Amino acid sequence: MRHMVSVLVENKFGVLARISTLFAARGFNIDSLTVSETEDSAISRMIIVVKGDCSILEQVTKQLNKLVDVIKVNDFNGAGCIERGVALIKINVTRSSRTEIIKLVGVFRARVIDISQDSMIVEITGDEDKINAFMKVVMPYGIKETCRTGFVALGGGHLAGTK
Amino acid sequence: MLELSGAKILIESLLKEKVEVVFGLPGGQALPIFDAIYGSTLNFILTRHEQAASHMADGYSRSTGKPGVFIVTSGPGATNIVTGLGTAYMDSVPIVAITGQVATSVIGQDAFQEVDTIGITRPVTKHNFLVKDVKDLAKTIKESFYIATTGRPGPVLIDIPIDVQRAVHEFVYPKEVEIRSYKPNNSGHPVQVKKAVDIINNSERPVLYVGTGVVISNAESEIFEVSKKADIPVTNTLLSIGVYPCDSDLSLGMLGMHGTFCANKAVQAADVIIAIGARFDDRCTCKVCDFAKTAKIIHIDIDPTAISKVVDVDIPVVGDAKTVLKEMSVLIEKKERKNWSKLINKWKTEQPLSYDRNDNNLHPQYVIEKISELTKGEAIIVTEVGQHQMWSAQYYKAKRPRLFLSSGGLGTMGFGYPAAIGAKFGNPDKEVIVIAGDGSFQMNMQEMAVAVLNDVSVKVVILNNQYLGNVRQWQEMFYGKRYSHSCLAKRKKCPQWCNTPDRNRCPVYVPDFVKWAESYGTLGIRVTDKKDVIPAIKKMIETKNSVVVDVWIEKEENVFPMVPTGSSLDDVITRISG
Ligand SMILES: Cc1ncc(C[n+]2csc(CCOP(=O)(O)OP(=O)(O)O)c2C)c(N)n1
Ligand SMILES: [Mg+2]
Repeated sequence: MRHMVSVLVENKFGVLARISTLFAARGFNIDSLTVSETEDSAISRMIIVVKGDCSILEQVTKQLNKLVDVIKVNDFNGAGCIERGVALIKINVTRSSRTEIIKLVGVFRARVIDISQDSMIVEITGDEDKINAFMKVVMPYGIKETCRTGFVALGGGHLAGTK
Repeated sequence: MLELSGAKILIESLLKEKVEVVFGLPGGQALPIFDAIYGSTLNFILTRHEQAASHMADGYSRSTGKPGVFIVTSGPGATNIVTGLGTAYMDSVPIVAITGQVATSVIGQDAFQEVDTIGITRPVTKHNFLVKDVKDLAKTIKESFYIATTGRPGPVLIDIPIDVQRAVHEFVYPKEVEIRSYKPNNSGHPVQVKKAVDIINNSERPVLYVGTGVVISNAESEIFEVSKKADIPVTNTLLSIGVYPCDSDLSLGMLGMHGTFCANKAVQAADVIIAIGARFDDRCTCKVCDFAKTAKIIHIDIDPTAISKVVDVDIPVVGDAKTVLKEMSVLIEKKERKNWSKLINKWKTEQPLSYDRNDNNLHPQYVIEKISELTKGEAIIVTEVGQHQMWSAQYYKAKRPRLFLSSGGLGTMGFGYPAAIGAKFGNPDKEVIVIAGDGSFQMNMQEMAVAVLNDVSVKVVILNNQYLGNVRQWQEMFYGKRYSHSCLAKRKKCPQWCNTPDRNRCPVYVPDFVKWAESYGTLGIRVTDKKDVIPAIKKMIETKNSVVVDVWIEKEENVFPMVPTGSSLDDVITRISG
């Protein structure tokens, strides 16, 4: 099961290591991770995406809470949250496929940001499902390279479902 | 304005924290600190090994309830304390550890005696700090003591680079601590407390399962009150020995792998288990899925991560044991539980702890019983790890908490002797006795120098079976008596296969612990005969200085009862069949 854990921490050196150690010690692979300062520069927010057994994750969440530098932990699993990630995808293009791909880019509200003879780079923003779906439809044209960010997320109970 | 070097700030801060004694050993990257100690009023005790310093601080803390402190150098000094930190971490002992570190300008360059102390000690400390600026030092020390001693206590380490020790800054020791991300919760949630009490009031066969948390929060009188009022029997763990009077009808004794028959029976038959400050360690629960199957489980603990970690809990109450027990005791109904008491009494008399009392062999249990009688359960007993530890737990009748110290969670051989020295520093008027295995004692016996040179009298009783006895017992029971590397007397000339020990034919055991003691100018006594046990213990107690009593016990004595790994608490073995 995919979990998105939001952790508010003191913005200090070594905090990331403490947190990743907790996951590593239990053999959890972190799928993605973002860290950034919040509106208060003394506090950072980490968004950690992991897959794993719910009960083990509950234990990890409690242990995150126990870390002295951790201020607050939220497991967004199932609860309404808005998530966004960015992916850059370099796709093979030919003269004949170019328009088709640009159409797909439009449908997904992605953007073409670079274009050359035989490839184009597309930037897409969205939640994991949307990015995955886009990757799937462009896969047949041939993906040369991709680079994805981790996800940023905020809880927004009343917005749940509108994504 | 008072301007001091970082090193002096450290010493002044320790004095402000009213630290009575600091253990440790110097080295290059801690020299400014040791220079600041020179001529200060800080009571510093030089140990012979940094591991021992960490255990001394631990023993001091367990026996007094105050935080233990030690100071060591960087690199090898820091790596040597990892076992001590792990030991304290597992058993929730408050410690503030100080390590020297290479200068901030060369950190990360593989400088001489540089290791990533923060990285190495992260998993075995409650928290750790690298102080990169002298202006943060006093605040960090204040926070370290606060973190170590509050909530679920544990070791906190402060790594201080040598340039920070030398740098000068104004010294103001903070009065208050405010850490927004660290706020331990002491009182239980009233709704949870109420739910727990309702279940207890409606139960027929409740059992109180009390752990270290009760010792830490000094809740022994609250436990006593609740158990008496509601007629609830009490079982303890290795680390909560002495919390409940063992001569009471309601005392079940220790539960678990080497626990009493009656404690294990009671837990398995209970309809409610009230766990307080206990963490369902696997040595207590044995096979988890069969643990207390018929019981609702109430778990009171200050550490939310302890709850539902091992066993699914029905009613969690997060809070300090003493506070929550006080809240509960008002609501708990006075009650008698005649049928339950009857059943428990039956189990008690059916299979009490026992060994062969009538033969003339020198049984270790007999030695402990006599120590218990002759000290009236008032001495501080510190054990090493192995069979002797379990016999001590079973047969020493400690009168109060903090009189039985043992490495439980980590099971650290070599803990006992230095921890006892630390305990004696904290309790100069108390008799402190180490019950040691011959194997474990050899892991830190060099610390006798510390005891002798500081006029600290610690008595050592070695239950000498010439084996890593605990390992040998498992090999006897589960590995077809193949005594692989568990014999401590084995020499090159011995047959490769040997499982027929005979003191008269086996090679001479080294070291001779009596001569060893004498080489430090202390008394050594050897006991090889049952009739000499009582006189030797009396002599040991009468002697003012340190004493080592080397007792040659039955070599193949086993610890029983025993629940083998993987079995449930119902499957108690009481002897080896056949
Ligand atoms: C540092 C360490 N190494 C290894 C062990 C594994 N171990 C547990 S008990 C034991 C034997 C202890 O022998 P001894 O001190 O003579 O006690 P006995 O069991 O004979 O009473 C060993 C090797 C341990 N607990 N700690
Ligand atoms: Mg032994």
